[in-house]
Amino acid sequence: MTVLVHLAPPKRLIDATIDGEEVRVPEGTTVLDACAASGTEIPTLCYGDTLTPRNACRVCVVEVEGARTLAPACSRKLEPGMSVNTDSERVRHSRKLVLELLGSSVDLSTTPKVPEWMERYEAEPDRFGPRSEPAPLGERDARRAGEHEAGDGSVAATVEQPPKIDNDLYVRDYSKCIMCYKCVDACGDQWQNSFAIGVAGRGFDARISTEHDAPLTDSACVYCGNCIEVCPTGALSFATEFDMRQAGTWDEEAQTETTTICTYCGVGCNLTLHVQENEIVKVTSPHDNPVTHGNLCIKGRFGFQHVQRRGGGGERGAERGPL
Amino acid sequence: MDLRFLDETPTDTEREAVDSVLGPPESGWDGGTRLDTDLRYARGGHTARDRRDLLLPALHAVNDRVGWISPGALDHVCRRLTVPPAEAYAVASFYAMFALQERPRRVVHLCTDIACAAKGSGPLRDRLAERHGPPGGHDGDVTWHESPCLGMCERAPAALAIEAGPRPRSAVAAPATPGAIDTLAAASPEPAANGHSNGRANGVPAHGPGTADRDLPAAPTTFDDVPLPGTDPEPAPADAVPDAGSPDHVLLRRIGRVDPLSLDDYRAEGGYLALREALRLGPAGVIREVSDSGLVGRGGAAFPTGRKWQATASQPDGPHYLVCNADESEPGTFKDRVIMEGDPFSLIEAMTIAGYAIGAHTGYLYIRGEYPRALRHLENAITVARERDLLGDDVLGSGFSFDIEIRRGAGAYICGEETAIFGSIEGERGEPRTKPPFPVEKGLFGKPTAVNNVETLVNVLPILLMGGPAYAAVGTEGSTGPKLFCLSGGVRRPGLYELPFGATLRDLIEAAGGMPEGRSIQAVLLGGAAGAFVRGDELDIPLTFEGARAAGTTLGSGVVLVLDDTADLVATLVRVAAFFRDESCGQCVPCRVGTVRQEESLLRISRGGDPASEVALLREVGQAMRDASICGLGQTAWNAVESAVDRLGLFDAPGAPARERTP
Repeated sequence: MTVLVHLAPPKRLIDATIDGEEVRVPEGTTVLDACAASGTEIPTLCYGDTLTPRNACRVCVVEVEGARTLAPACSRKLEPGMSVNTDSERVRHSRKLVLELLGSSVDLSTTPKVPEWMERYEAEPDRFGPRSEPAPLGERDARRAGEHEAGDGSVAATVEQPPKIDNDLYVRDYSKCIMCYKCVDACGDQWQNSFAIGVAGRGFDARISTEHDAPLTDSACVYCGNCIEVCPTGALSFATEFDMRQAGTWDEEAQTETTTICTYCGVGCNLTLHVQENEIVKVTSPHDNPVTHGNLCIKGRFGFQHVQRRGGGGERGAERGPL
Repeated sequence: MDLRFLDETPTDTEREAVDSVLGPPESGWDGGTRLDTDLRYARGGHTARDRRDLLLPALHAVNDRVGWISPGALDHVCRRLTVPPAEAYAVASFYAMFALQERPRRVVHLCTDIACAAKGSGPLRDRLAERHGPPGGHDGDVTWHESPCLGMCERAPAALAIEAGPRPRSAVAAPATPGAIDTLAAASPEPAANGHSNGRANGVPAHGPGTADRDLPAAPTTFDDVPLPGTDPEPAPADAVPDAGSPDHVLLRRIGRVDPLSLDDYRAEGGYLALREALRLGPAGVIREVSDSGLVGRGGAAFPTGRKWQATASQPDGPHYLVCNADESEPGTFKDRVIMEGDPFSLIEAMTIAGYAIGAHTGYLYIRGEYPRALRHLENAITVARERDLLGDDVLGSGFSFDIEIRRGAGAYICGEETAIFGSIEGERGEPRTKPPFPVEKGLFGKPTAVNNVETLVNVLPILLMGGPAYAAVGTEGSTGPKLFCLSGGVRRPGLYELPFGATLRDLIEAAGGMPEGRSIQAVLLGGAAGAFVRGDELDIPLTFEGARAAGTTLGSGVVLVLDDTADLVATLVRVAAFFRDESCGQCVPCRVGTVRQEESLLRISRGGDPASEVALLREVGQAMRDASICGLGQTAWNAVESAVDRLGLFDAPGAPARERTP
C-alpha cells in the first residue's frame, strides 16, 4: 500500500551578507539563526529557543544596511541582498547601553554570561549613580500607570524589592526580573495555557503579576515550573536553589546532570536531574526533547523529594511537606 | 478555556454596567446564573474568546459607573468574555484612567504638561495638593491627578473632571482659575458617594436609552451632555480657532458655522458631496485622486496616504480594516479635538470614503479617553448617519456596506502608535509591535489595515471635491494642501490655525498676533514632546515637511509651542523627560530604563549638577534609545533634549555662541 507522505515545499535559498561574509540560508532564517550557524555569537536575554521572540531586551540588535534603526537579530528574517553588521560601532554602543541600563536597575548577579558581555562591551552600570533603596514588598505592585515620584536624580531607580515567597516550590525574586516576557508566554498560550501571570503596570513600573498581585496559591498557577525553565536571570528559581543560595551552599560546578525518564505517568517526559552532594536540587527538561520541549508538570518538576527520603528524619525533603 | 477566579463577586451595579455593554449573559458559562442544563454542555473555544476586543469597553463601563474596577467587577468581565483574570488585570493596569483600588467617583485631571506649565499650572497643583492631599488619594469625595497634555493648550492651563455615575459626567476648566479648580474638585451633591457599596440604588445601565429622566438627545451618548453642577459651560469648539469663519479655510471651514450635532447643517455646508463623488469614482479612482494629491499623513510620520491605501487595498487577505487614529496625545496637539468637536460629520464621511477605497467594511475610531465632548459629538454623528443610511449595509444606496465602531482610550499616549493602537482595540495591552510585518499587511486582528490620523482623513474631502491635481497645486511641491498648526504658549492669540503649506514660522506667529509687549521668543518647540526646539532667531524656517527637514527639525503633528523669555527651559526639559518615562509602555529596555535615566540626569542638572558630564551621559543614553527602541516613542524620547543641547546651546558655558545642530 502506498502511503502519502506530505512534505513541506522546499524552501528557497537566499543570499545575504553578514559582517562582509556571503551567506546562503533558507528563506525565513533569522539573523540570529544564521549567525549561530556561522559561529558568530550574539548576546541574547529575552530570546527563548522554545518561544516566539518578544524583541524586548534589545541586547541582540544588529545593524541592517540602509535601515534607520537597529533590528533585533532574534526575530528579523534575512532577506535577499540584505547586508547585516553584527559588530558595528552603533551595535556595540546599543548593546553596551542595554547592559548598563539593565545592570543599573536589575540584579543581574545570577544571569549567566552577563559579566563576560559587560567586559566585551565595556559596560559600566555604576555610572548612573548609587542604586536606590529596594521598595517594600507590594509597593511596586500598587503603582499606578502614568505617574511616578520624581526624585532629585541623586540615586538610580531600580526594580529591587524583597523576594516573593508564597508557596513551597518556587520563589519569585523580581529584583532580578528584566521583563523578558518569557514566563508570561510559557504560562500562557505558547505552552502551559494556565494564564496565571501577566505583565501589569506600565513603563518602568511594569511588572510580572497575578491578578491584583494575589499570592500564587490563589492564582491559576499549576506549579508546572515552566516559567522557571525559561527565566534567563534566576528571578524565578526552585525553593531548593533559592534556599541554598541564601545559605551559600549552591555550587553549580559541583553539580551533575543526569537525564532520565519521568516515572509518574506514561507520557515519557525526559527529566534532567541536577544533583549536588547526592541530593536532587533542581529538575529541568531538555529543550530539544520532542515530548517536553523543556516543559514538565508539577510532578516531574517538583515531585522528586521522595527519591531522597532515606529513612532518617531531618532531611530537606521531609521538611518540605507532602510532595 | 479553564479559567480560575478569585473568590470575589461583583455588585449588582457592576454587573449591570458590564451587561449594558455586553448584553445579558447566555448561561452560567459566561457569567450568568448557573443552571443544571449548563452542566450538560461546554462553551469554549473561539466562540467564547472572540469578543476579547470588548474588554476595553467593558472595563470603561465599570470605571464610568462606579469610578474604579473592583476585583469582583474584573472577574465578572473576565467570565463574560472568557479572558484570564491575570490578563485582564494586565490590561486594566496599563491605563492611567482606570483605578484598581477604590477611589472617589470624581477625578480631577490637572494638566501639568509643557504648555500648561508655561501658563501657570504649578500654583493650581499646589492648591489641589493643599486641599485634597497628594495626587491619587483614595479618601474624601474627590481625587486628583497630574495629567499629561489634555489637548486644550490654546486655553492653558487646563483641567478636566470626570465623575462616574449612571451616566458619567464631565467638566473642563480652561483657562483654569483657582475658583474654577475648586468647583471642579467640589464634592458632588448627589447621594451614594460610591455606587460600589450601594447595590441597586443607582442600578441603571451606563448606556442605552432611558437612562435620564429629562429629554434625551438625538442619540444616547456615553457622557451626559449636562456638565457637572456648578461648573462653567465649556466654550464652543470654534473658540479654539481665532480666525474661525475665514474664507481661506478649507479644513476648518465648517467650524463655527454648523451645529456639530446637526447632519442637516453639515449637508447644507457641502457635507457628503465628497462621498457621492467617491462612489462615482470607484475605489481605484479614489486612491488615484489621493495619490495625485500628494497627501501625506498628518499624524507625524508623513507617509504618503495614497500609497498606504493602495497597499492595503491590494492585499489578498481579508477582511480589511480601517483605523482612525484619534488618540491625539502628543503634548501641544489639539487639532483633531477641534475637528471632532466642531465638525464631527466630516470625519465620519472621510472614514466612509477611506473604507470604500481600501475595501473595508468596518472602521474603528480610536479616540483618547480625555476627550468626552469629542466622544459625545462623534457618537451622535455615527447614530445620526446610521439613521440616514450614510453608514450601514447600503451606504447611499450604493450597495457598499460600512460601519464605524468607537473605541475609547483610557490614558495612554503609546496607544497612538500605529501598532499599539491594534493591541488596545483588540483588548490586549497597548504595546507596539515589531515591524515588519507592516499594518497594511498584518494590522488589526492580523488583517490588512490602514491607520490614518484624523486630520489626514478630513483632507480627503477637499481632495475629492477639487480633484487630486488641484489639491496638489496648494502648498509647495513637497508638501501639498492646507495644514493645521496648534499654536500655544506665549503668543497673543494661541489657537488652531490653518495655513497652506509654505508659510514660515514667522508668518504663523504673526498671524497669532505676535508676542505681547515686552516679551521675546526664547525657543519654539516644533512637533511636540517628540519634536525639537528651534531658537527664537530661526523664525524663517518654512513650515513644510522638506523645509523643516532641511533645517534639521520636524513638523511632527503640527505643534508650535512658543516659549517666551520667562520660560524655564530646564524645567521644561525635565517635564518632557517625565512625560516619556510615564508614557513608555515598558516593553523594551532602551526606552523603559533609558527614559528613567534621562529624567534623572536632567534632574541632577536642574539641581546644580555638572552639565558637561551629564550631557555626555544623556547623549549616550539618547543614542541607544533612538537606535534600539522598538517604536517611535523611544526613538524620539531624546529629540527635544538633544535639540535643546545642540540647537539652543542650553548647557553651553555662559557667553558661548549657540551651536548649529550636528546632523
